[in-house]
Amino acid sequence: MKEFLLGKINMDSLPHEWFTFGGSLAFIGLGLFLVIVITRLKRWNWLWKEWITTVDPKKIGIMYFLVSGFMLVRGGLETLMIWLQQSFSVDKSHGFLTADHFQQIFTAHGNIMVFFVAMGFIFGLINYIVPLQIGARDLASPFLNTLGFWLFAAGAIMVSMFFLLGGQYAATGWLAVAPLSGKEFSPGVGVDYWIWSLQISGIGTTLGAINFVMTILKMRAPGMSLGKMPLFTWGAFCSMIMAVAVFPLLTATLFLMFFDRYLGAHFFTTVGGGDPMMYTNLIWMWGHPEVYILMLPCFGIFSEVVSTFSRKPIASYKSNVLGMIGVSTFALSVWLHHFFTMGAGADVNAFFGVMTMIIAIPTSALVFNWIATMYKGRINFSTPMLWFLGFIAVFSIGGMSGVLLAIPPADFQLHNSLFLVAHFHSMVIGGVLFGVFCGISYWFPKFTGLRLNERIGRYAFWFWTIGFCLSFIPMYILGLMGATRRLDHYDSSTGWRPLFIVMLVGGIVIAVGLALQIVQIIATFIQKNHLRDTTGDPWNARSLEWATASPPPFYNFTTIPEVSSIDAFWEMKHNGIPETKYQDIHIPKNTAAGFYISCFAFLVGFAFVWEIVWLAVVSIIGIIVVFIFRGFNDEPEYILTAREVQDLEEARTKKHLERTKLANDDDTEDMGVIDFIKIVISFAKDIVVNKRWRKW
Amino acid sequence: MMYNAYSISNGKGTFMTKRKSRSNQGRFVPIFLLFLVALGLLIRNLIRGKEMSVLNPMGTIASEQLRLMSVSLGIMLILAVPALTILYFIAWKYRETNEKATYSPGQKHGKLFSVSLWLVPLTFVAILANLMWPSTHKLDPRKQISSNQKPITIQVVAMRWKWLFIYPEQHIVTVNYIQVPIDTPIKFELTADETPMSSFWIPNLGGQLYAMTGHVNQLNLMGTTIGDYIGKSAEINGAGFAGMKFTARVSSQTDFNNWVTGTQKSSNNFTIKDYTDLLVPSEYNKAMTYSTDESDIYSKVTDKYTKSHEHGE
Ligand code: HEM
Ligand SMILES: [Cu+2]
Repeated sequence: MKEFLLGKINMDSLPHEWFTFGGSLAFIGLGLFLVIVITRLKRWNWLWKEWITTVDPKKIGIMYFLVSGFMLVRGGLETLMIWLQQSFSVDKSHGFLTADHFQQIFTAHGNIMVFFVAMGFIFGLINYIVPLQIGARDLASPFLNTLGFWLFAAGAIMVSMFFLLGGQYAATGWLAVAPLSGKEFSPGVGVDYWIWSLQISGIGTTLGAINFVMTILKMRAPGMSLGKMPLFTWGAFCSMIMAVAVFPLLTATLFLMFFDRYLGAHFFTTVGGGDPMMYTNLIWMWGHPEVYILMLPCFGIFSEVVSTFSRKPIASYKSNVLGMIGVSTFALSVWLHHFFTMGAGADVNAFFGVMTMIIAIPTSALVFNWIATMYKGRINFSTPMLWFLGFIAVFSIGGMSGVLLAIPPADFQLHNSLFLVAHFHSMVIGGVLFGVFCGISYWFPKFTGLRLNERIGRYAFWFWTIGFCLSFIPMYILGLMGATRRLDHYDSSTGWRPLFIVMLVGGIVIAVGLALQIVQIIATFIQKNHLRDTTGDPWNARSLEWATASPPPFYNFTTIPEVSSIDAFWEMKHNGIPETKYQDIHIPKNTAAGFYISCFAFLVGFAFVWEIVWLAVVSIIGIIVVFIFRGFNDEPEYILTAREVQDLEEARTKKHLERTKLANDDDTEDMGVIDFIKIVISFAKDIVVNKRWRKW
Repeated sequence: MMYNAYSISNGKGTFMTKRKSRSNQGRFVPIFLLFLVALGLLIRNLIRGKEMSVLNPMGTIASEQLRLMSVSLGIMLILAVPALTILYFIAWKYRETNEKATYSPGQKHGKLFSVSLWLVPLTFVAILANLMWPSTHKLDPRKQISSNQKPITIQVVAMRWKWLFIYPEQHIVTVNYIQVPIDTPIKFELTADETPMSSFWIPNLGGQLYAMTGHVNQLNLMGTTIGDYIGKSAEINGAGFAGMKFTARVSSQTDFNNWVTGTQKSSNNFTIKDYTDLLVPSEYNKAMTYSTDESDIYSKVTDKYTKSHEHGE
């Protein structure tokens, strides 16, 4: 009976080691804190109506940012643990983590960073910006989009569940290579958590991507042909098409692995006719495109930022678009470069080597195009541009090391070494994270109506860049010294230790950079009058997202703009702004279906991890029922009349004028870190001295 | 009524104009360059006298691989260094505070520009690919190394978490230790038993290859300098992965012969029982050498997986 009800859960599943215990406490503590705050502020209703059931991609974008930002901190803490271990676990000492813990930590780090940080930020930006850039009020399928987000969130919770129950995550590396991830070598629930967190969020990604492909194809403003789409939208378009193409493959692979582990099938096992090499192929057929799914939107961001901050149109729009299409096309046919060392013949290896090198062509074309865009421009070095300039250097180094890895005989010496880890971090930090930071600092005024504090932003940039060099230049060197990745222990005679310590210092510098970014955002809200963007066009920008208010109303545009050129908003500014005509607007209704389905999906995953059959069955039925109800709901939209729109606009304009006045009266400077600390101290004093905490 | 209800007529961008007075924007750059130099010096000091195994090849394959890497990197740098220099120079030259620089937003980039955007990297990639294709064939791990010495075969079994080596012609077995004569081609036959994919790698001698159950991968290497080199599993294969290391000793031909005869005489005889004991997972194993009378350990290992299904090699 107990087994029927609870599956494999028993007393041993409860946390009983220091790190699961600590993790559980942190998660429960955080959860309780949020519950108390929301209850005290009486915000439950607001939370439900305005956020949880929302179909507004702008709000969903913000929620993506929040989840990803939180996960970034977590993934960052994990790297510090990795490096602490690697700095101390030498010779006789085996550090403060067992090999198994250590392996779980870097696996979790990889998963969290790829799926829940990078993907989340990219989806957040696409959600917020793409509809605005194409002059759309709405998405092709708002419901799919919310469902995508909530599945993503469910996956993010699933990846942390092991703290509470089970006490172990996969210890297999981020792609859970077979046969190591099979039941034979990984009998615990760790790999099951891995499967289900990726499965749930991966399906979310597919759905979200389908929606964006359709949105970009169908919802563009009149006059905006594909050839006039802004470059970020182009990057997002390529990326989402790739996601639609390859994420189902991930889903299928994970199902096969699930069959192996749960039903005792033999797809990827070493015995019984299974073939682990097939797993390696399948997972990289998805895995390689995945990194480009992250990269392409960032190419788009950089293209826009270069053009805006150089105050010049992009040098060759056609080449830029072709470059992005080229990258995404070739990226589908290079996966084998991840395992040249598996022993395929020289012809096969050489073929995939050439395919990989070919990707360098469109990528270089993009870089040259950006150089040409800056040439004879008027370059403004605000933080978005700084991130771009940092990106170029790091990305070039990463690109060159990547081409080296594409040469099979060279790869035999570099594969699985820290050189490889340094290479892909040059891409994912220098390319994707810097791209995301660039995008966020560029569009922050759009999100909030406030410019980000520039002074602290600059510091954050330099800390990230210096921290990156401190961490990853030694890592390249370590790879050349023959240091393999994922080492929880090594001998001091190798001479690696000093470099590991330098990397740890670099990690701390990066952590300071990340902390500064959080400070930057808080400081921005403290100085909101000073930092108010009064024009709606803070950067003298070129594309349509700036042609509406900041933050935009929930219907995005009062009047749908007509587009006649690539730089639609620039054109508008110089050729006159069309008159506002109020009209009735169709607005999609909120829906809780996405949230409910994701809750059930989470339970399905949880049930399979712990083999609780009844729960799995009930939850699957739950999902079906919600879908059916959703299908019967034939009125997913309501109409906002022209009159209402006008009222809303006038109210906003009035408020805006008040805020503008406040902003004009405020002539402070961007605060620095010291000012911030002073404010925090006086705030804390105020609470303690004036006993303000009593109110709580 | 304005389009977005804001006055955007100035077309300048608020923040762009607001902060124009700040001219000390570049002050971090020299500090950063100094930092890079300091970091370079620091690293140079930290690695002085340390073993840079990939850059310090002791075998034919490793040196060829290093040469290939260096040449390819050199070719890439010919493109990358000027490109980056130009990029940062342009960024600096056309900074908005530089009133003297020309500003031509309407500048048209011609056909020639668009074409060269693609042709330049295409040329470089063509050169690199041209270099890569033949060397991939030449350095194919399964290709025998030509030499007037007779090659030695070593059969390798990856186990949790140690390496088992069988010298079929010499009738000896070792754990976590190999000895090979200098300037003699070595043919490794790699497989694994009850162990997830592992990767056999001796950086000083040459690149790695996977050892997998049910497959035999061939890796040919040849040591050209006498010495002890570290070998390892480069692919994660479970908890004991970090300790799965071995020593590869390249010795003179006579030393090797002496070692072989000494080991053959050893009373430490390797039997199937020893093999089954080794299958039990264990970590940080010491090096062992055995004589052996068993002649089919290796084929039993490979048969174990191929018998259950017809597949692969
Ligand atoms: C925030 C700064 C980051 C730092 C300091 C960092 C550091 C590290 C370290 C120390 C490792 C382990 C290296 C080893 O194997 O010994 C690692 C692995 C990894 N990192 Fe990061 N990382 C960062 C950001 C990211 C990001 C943004 C991504 C992806 C988008 C990422 C993806 C990965 C992956 C996939 C692995 C491999 C995990 C495995 O071996 O299975 N990291 N990182
Ligand atoms: Cu790849």
